[in-house]
Amino acid sequence: MADTQKTGRESVFAKAVKEGLLAAALALGLFSLIVGFRTDQNIRNELVLNQRWGLLAIFVLVAGVGRFLLTAYITPWNVARNKNKRAAVEREQSTFRKSFPKIGLGLLLTYPFLVILILTAYNGSIMGGLQGSLKYVDNFGIQILIYVMLAWGLNIVVGLAGLLDLGYVAFYAVGAYSYALLSTHFGLSFWLLLPMAGIFAALWGIMLGFPVLRLRGDYLAIVTLAFGEIIRLVLINWTVVTKGTFGISGIAKATLFGIPFTPGPTGFAALLGLPNSGVYYKIFLYYLILFLALLTAWVTIRLRRMPIGRAWEALREDEIACRSLGINTTTTKLTAFATGAMFGGFAGSFFAARQGFVSPESFVFLESAIILAIVVLGGMGSLVGIAIAAAVMIGGTELLRELEFLKRIFGNDFTPELYRMLLFGLAMIVVMVWKPRGFVGNREPSAFLHKRKMVSSEFTKEGHG
Amino acid sequence: MVSEVHNNPAAILRVERLSMKFGGLIAINDLNFEAKRGAITALIGPNGAGKTTVFNCITGFYKPTEGMLTMTRQNGEEYLLERMADFVITKKAKVARTFQNIRLFSGLTVLENLLVAQHNPLMLSSGFTVLGLLGFPTYKKAAADAIEKARFWLEKINLVDRADDPAGDLPYGAQRRLEIARAMCTDPELLCLDEPAAGLNARESAELNKLLLDIRDETGTSILLIEHDMSVVMEISDHVVVLEYGTKISDGTPESVKNDPKVIAAYLGVEDEEVVELIEQAEAAGVDDITAAVDLLSTEALHEIEEAHPEMAPTALIPATGTPKAKRARTAVAGAPAAKTAPGKSRGAPTPARTPVKPTGATKAGVISNALPEPRGGKADKLILIQGIGPVNERKLNEHGIFHFDQIAAWKKADIIAAEIYLDFDGRIAREDWIGQAKRLAREGRTPAPRKTGGAK
Repeated sequence: MADTQKTGRESVFAKAVKEGLLAAALALGLFSLIVGFRTDQNIRNELVLNQRWGLLAIFVLVAGVGRFLLTAYITPWNVARNKNKRAAVEREQSTFRKSFPKIGLGLLLTYPFLVILILTAYNGSIMGGLQGSLKYVDNFGIQILIYVMLAWGLNIVVGLAGLLDLGYVAFYAVGAYSYALLSTHFGLSFWLLLPMAGIFAALWGIMLGFPVLRLRGDYLAIVTLAFGEIIRLVLINWTVVTKGTFGISGIAKATLFGIPFTPGPTGFAALLGLPNSGVYYKIFLYYLILFLALLTAWVTIRLRRMPIGRAWEALREDEIACRSLGINTTTTKLTAFATGAMFGGFAGSFFAARQGFVSPESFVFLESAIILAIVVLGGMGSLVGIAIAAAVMIGGTELLRELEFLKRIFGNDFTPELYRMLLFGLAMIVVMVWKPRGFVGNREPSAFLHKRKMVSSEFTKEGHG
Repeated sequence: MVSEVHNNPAAILRVERLSMKFGGLIAINDLNFEAKRGAITALIGPNGAGKTTVFNCITGFYKPTEGMLTMTRQNGEEYLLERMADFVITKKAKVARTFQNIRLFSGLTVLENLLVAQHNPLMLSSGFTVLGLLGFPTYKKAAADAIEKARFWLEKINLVDRADDPAGDLPYGAQRRLEIARAMCTDPELLCLDEPAAGLNARESAELNKLLLDIRDETGTSILLIEHDMSVVMEISDHVVVLEYGTKISDGTPESVKNDPKVIAAYLGVEDEEVVELIEQAEAAGVDDITAAVDLLSTEALHEIEEAHPEMAPTALIPATGTPKAKRARTAVAGAPAAKTAPGKSRGAPTPARTPVKPTGATKAGVISNALPEPRGGKADKLILIQGIGPVNERKLNEHGIFHFDQIAAWKKADIIAAEIYLDFDGRIAREDWIGQAKRLAREGRTPAPRKTGGAK
């Protein structure tokens, strides 16, 4: 027994040495001319040949040693791990997965305070903590949550009902401009305009829905894309109302049931006797968007257990079968469009209140594409997966701004945020290869008789529009 | 006919003067029939007869070009189905259907599939979602009732244990049963089943029979069914309507339909007039002005019929096989059962064990000059490698003593004519240059070529 093990071990070792040498030889052949020599111009404009044997040796060594380590240690270790732990891992994962939404929710609810706490400890003063937390609450927290909400809203249309909507940002724009225009012209408050923005967006959803309901798949996608562009072009060109590309500025901020977040004596800070800081408004906005996003999630979860939610999913699976069961697919599609659009409208009015300024530039097609990418990456229909995807994609691009050390590597004129779309694309490719149905591809059934079992992604369909 | 249908109060569905045209193609032509309440009505016919089109008209997926479809519900309400949208037909007129190619919601669980079917009553009890969203108790109760109803049907179709599995994960037979149960969950009064036994094995088919009889007897639902499986049709249906080329050719009890010569002819895929002619000729036995070759062919045709459908006993209709019968019986008869009823659809009927009829001395002269009694070396060439010869024709050629490429290559004009007669081709052999192809293939000799699969659909 020990003998066979030993020979097995030795044969792996011998194989690894052989492969390592082969890899080194290959690297030598490949890089000797590319890396080993370099032509430079000297001061007299003559071409000189520099020899870089040291660098070449590093390349060859890395290739040879890397291959050796891979074959000798990493591959056997991986195989053994997979063999031993398959059963155990599955069980562990499922318990982790079960509690994941709760952990995530707890983290979201305490996030601003955690940030302030950590930064206070780091800076040594409460004021420093408060001011430092601005960036993290606003750029990360609020920004990510807006996209989480938008993606959850779009998830109703794309993930549940299977209608590919490339113009979702139109509803976002309708919500934002509803709030911006009505509050600047009529002075209506945020709390009144928030539901109104949602209703307006839903009406637009129905208006879009009617003509496009006959279309399926690619055709639907194209028409929704066009609709998104139409809305944006109207916003640009209807200058009398929208002020065109200048946008609408000076939009009223949201208030906490009438208490404004202003520095004056009637402001929030003064009333509570807190030191003056802009961070309260940001924290308020954070909880507001968190509430709106959770409302979206709650409604989605509830709707999935309603007949309408099941009809949406059935529509995604097979429209003809739906009709044969007496389901009016027209109204079912319309409700999906309207519900999704409504949440887009909520998010839009929040966006306007947060920015204090809206312009058509915020509602370009790229936004629609990003929201759709988040839904697809997260796993269509899965709320948790979509939230993770939004955190990774939006948080990731925000994080790129913070990576100062990249400048030290790539030079001072390197601006990492310019590469965010590149990284976005790369991340999408990686995720789609690694998990073709998104982070969470499994579907949770809406009802069960004996036991709630996840439905594997191999059975669910993406819908045909 | 129409008035007779009209006066019958027992009919749940009356189909009157139904026509459906797709451009120039007439899929259904002036069809009249009725389905009785509380009975199982079978709609049969060869492929392409327009059965599924009739279903699609009844369930609103097609709008008929002409005609009237009257559904009379138990409470006396009458619905004109041709004027209603498909989902309204299920919702109001209470007609449910299944599909030839199963259309389950594969990503939903078995239970959810049955809950989706109860969409309309649940929608009402949830106050169009608003009350349900707010958690009103009416919806909770309705939801629990819906699950109970689903459980009832799951028990009926033996799928309670798999209620929480995705529907796409079920074996084929279970998916068929689930589709029926799903249709039943819409509380239909008329259940339209499009080939429910397709793809089922004998045991599953028997279970299906029992399920359908249960549905009829316990719920009083009338059933209209399209089926190719004769064991299902003959065993459970109370009434059979036979279609061919969009027209009704027979209508009555399974017994009477079974013995209708027109049905036999249609179901074997022969043009009526030929078989009628064949039968008339047979009855007037003795008239003889045909060649020996045709004689052989008609004998074979009868063998084929006999083998394919023993229960129909065509020999009873046509006495004394072997005597000259038909003036012009083309060999379409011989190849018809295999050619016109696709494999898998004719599963119910016993497939004939084909023993090639070796030409006897008497008939040899009339057929092909270089026919062989059996392939040389016991192994025939793959004649289907020739463009234009499919498996059916290959078999026919084998039956007539043609086994090798060089035989075809050596055909003379008379041989071609003889071959065309029994293959029912005119000019095709020359057009497709079988001889040239055969010569080439014979030259290439025994080099193995990839098997042609196109012909054996």
